Amino acid sequence: MTMTELSTPTLARHVLKTHGRRRLMSFAVPLAILAYLVYAAISFDVAGLASRAKMDNARVLLSDFWQHKTHVTRQNRTGALSVSIDGEAKGTYPADRLPAWITQAGGVTTVDLGDGHLVTYDQGGARYVVPDYGTIDIRQTGDGLALQAPQPLPDWINASEGRISVTTEAGRFAYTRSKVETFKYEPGWALFFFTLDSPFHYMSWPEIAASALWGERVDPTRPNIAVMADQFWNNAMWRHGDVIWALFETVLMAFLGTFGAAIVALPLGFMAASNMMPLGALRFGLRRIFDFIRGVDGLIWTIVLARAFGPGPMTGSLAILLTDTGSFGKMFSEAFENIDEKQVEGIRSTGGNALQRARFGVIPQVMPVLLSQVLYFLESNTRGATIIGAIVGGGIGLLLTQAIQTQKDWEDVAYYMVLIVLTVIAMDNLSGWLRRRLIKGGTA
Amino acid sequence: MTASTIGSTGGPPHDLAQNQHAYLELVRRRRLYGGVLLILFVALMMSGFQMAQSRNAGGFIDGLPMVLAFPTEVISEAWEKRANLPGIFVAHIPSLIETLNIAAVSTILGGIAAMLLALLSTRGLSPWPRLTGVFRRIMDVCRAIPEIVIALILIYILGGGPVPAVIAISLHTAGALGKLFSEVAENADLKPVEGLTSVGAGWGQRMWFGVLPQVAPNWISYGLLRFEINVRASAILGFVGEGGIGHDLKIAMQWGMGRYDLVVGIFLLLFLTIVIIDTISDRVRERLVKG
Repeated sequence: MTMTELSTPTLARHVLKTHGRRRLMSFAVPLAILAYLVYAAISFDVAGLASRAKMDNARVLLSDFWQHKTHVTRQNRTGALSVSIDGEAKGTYPADRLPAWITQAGGVTTVDLGDGHLVTYDQGGARYVVPDYGTIDIRQTGDGLALQAPQPLPDWINASEGRISVTTEAGRFAYTRSKVETFKYEPGWALFFFTLDSPFHYMSWPEIAASALWGERVDPTRPNIAVMADQFWNNAMWRHGDVIWALFETVLMAFLGTFGAAIVALPLGFMAASNMMPLGALRFGLRRIFDFIRGVDGLIWTIVLARAFGPGPMTGSLAILLTDTGSFGKMFSEAFENIDEKQVEGIRSTGGNALQRARFGVIPQVMPVLLSQVLYFLESNTRGATIIGAIVGGGIGLLLTQAIQTQKDWEDVAYYMVLIVLTVIAMDNLSGWLRRRLIKGGTA
Repeated sequence: MTASTIGSTGGPPHDLAQNQHAYLELVRRRRLYGGVLLILFVALMMSGFQMAQSRNAGGFIDGLPMVLAFPTEVISEAWEKRANLPGIFVAHIPSLIETLNIAAVSTILGGIAAMLLALLSTRGLSPWPRLTGVFRRIMDVCRAIPEIVIALILIYILGGGPVPAVIAISLHTAGALGKLFSEVAENADLKPVEGLTSVGAGWGQRMWFGVLPQVAPNWISYGLLRFEINVRASAILGFVGEGGIGHDLKIAMQWGMGRYDLVVGIFLLLFLTIVIIDTISDRVRERLVKG
């Protein structure tokens, strides 16, 4: 464009006009989006969210993610003391192997919550010494509980007719007529490796290593390392064995579904490609079938198949297979239509029949493209299989939804999430690596 | 391709017989590898399928005739009550709109986050080139966590409603789109950016005027594709968690026999919406990419 052209008034006007329109657009589009978001915020009732949100739940969840609590419970009538992790029966300490912060002497139990917080259970009551505040003393009387504490009562002490509870940064304490309980919070996932009935729980890491290598056999029939592996794998709290199986099932669903779909879609894709299939009607029909399968969506297919095959990983893989056949059929047929015809013609000129033309003229060209698409799907299906597992009842998705629905096993949820994220990232890397290898190996 | 292979593996070019031999050897070896891989793959598929079947409640062969039984039952009942369908359509349009709103809002919010993440994780565009790896990992994690996990946890905290679904899908969208966006941004021409730097533009201005106009068509195209995916995800989340048309479908399914017209009505509504959205987005994307 030369200067004389630019200086002509019509062109200048034209340029200014387009520029003005552009500028208007660059304001109008963000404004429109903003307006839409405002509308959505109103229709989603975001303002009411604050009142509906349960911040207590959030606190419980976040603290459960990374720490565990130990319940120290005394039945007031019998005086029996039990110490358990998360209050579960399978996490109960044997009476002779209580943690070091609990001491028992002559009917008096002392629980050291750390930082000077000291709880004492004694005959007919309990005391809680809170630093910088004083002593909370509870006595059981004939008709209720008598509380003695420095007045006025702060809001972290909650006293009612039959129940007194204290919440401090060191732990929680609750006294009712029937029992007194103290909860101590400690970081980490409790009993992750060995449960309390295992002798290895009471050893430190160097001791475990020494025991595995040359320690005295816990079980005379097996070496210690085998016992350790067995006790870890069958850990009753965390059920590592079941979890790993479930994870494997999820990956299996994704694998079977994706590659099964690829195998089914390959011939169908051929038949739906305009340069391979002379029959227009069949081509049209196949395309509409692909569109239908994709449009109906994995959710519906999963429901329909779950009715027929019952819950389990096979149903999940078939659902993935069916859904992806639609996507692959479309993508494969498009890849076939975009091939270089020269190679096919070359094979034809040497007298190759349709099958040979496909095998030697088409497949080598499209293979890297198809494989790379299939691997992309494998990666996203690993994640999708979690959701499908939640619907059909198989794999890690089922464990995850169950753990979430109980609303208390948040440490399990955190564990499953970590495993899922690691698996998906691993699949991501694996498929990326395979893609690079195959594409390079296929064309070099 | 073949010529270079022969030239590099064989000896001097005049020794044709030796070259031919070497080439055939290469082909044979390649076929052998291919065959072994194929057998391995087939064995893996077969045993995997066997295993999946053994852990399934019903077998494959037993279930196969049943696949059509449920849809047939549903459709035949719905056909008898086809007069109800228009009413069902109208009744469920609000929840359809909710599902679409969830998808649209999370595509927009996730898309905006993805733009930032993409620019921050692209070497050459990022204001802190050393941190590109960190932002990449953030995107990986966002992509890897299934939406349903976030949604169910947020339902526990925030109560029901569409907001947990929006946050869950947005997070995933940010990760997924961020990766695609950054691949586009990597190929952007840096000359406009340099030009803007030379006149003293800040980072925001360089991105807004130098990079965005180049990548916008591809980004919008990916965004539309993501919207299609998010409509489906939002329906599924409704089915598993709550809210939107997915939830209506689940309730209708739980009614079971006698209310199959409701199931078919909701399903048709969802199906038609997905097809219409896909078609429109296909057209728009074609125009965007071809200019």
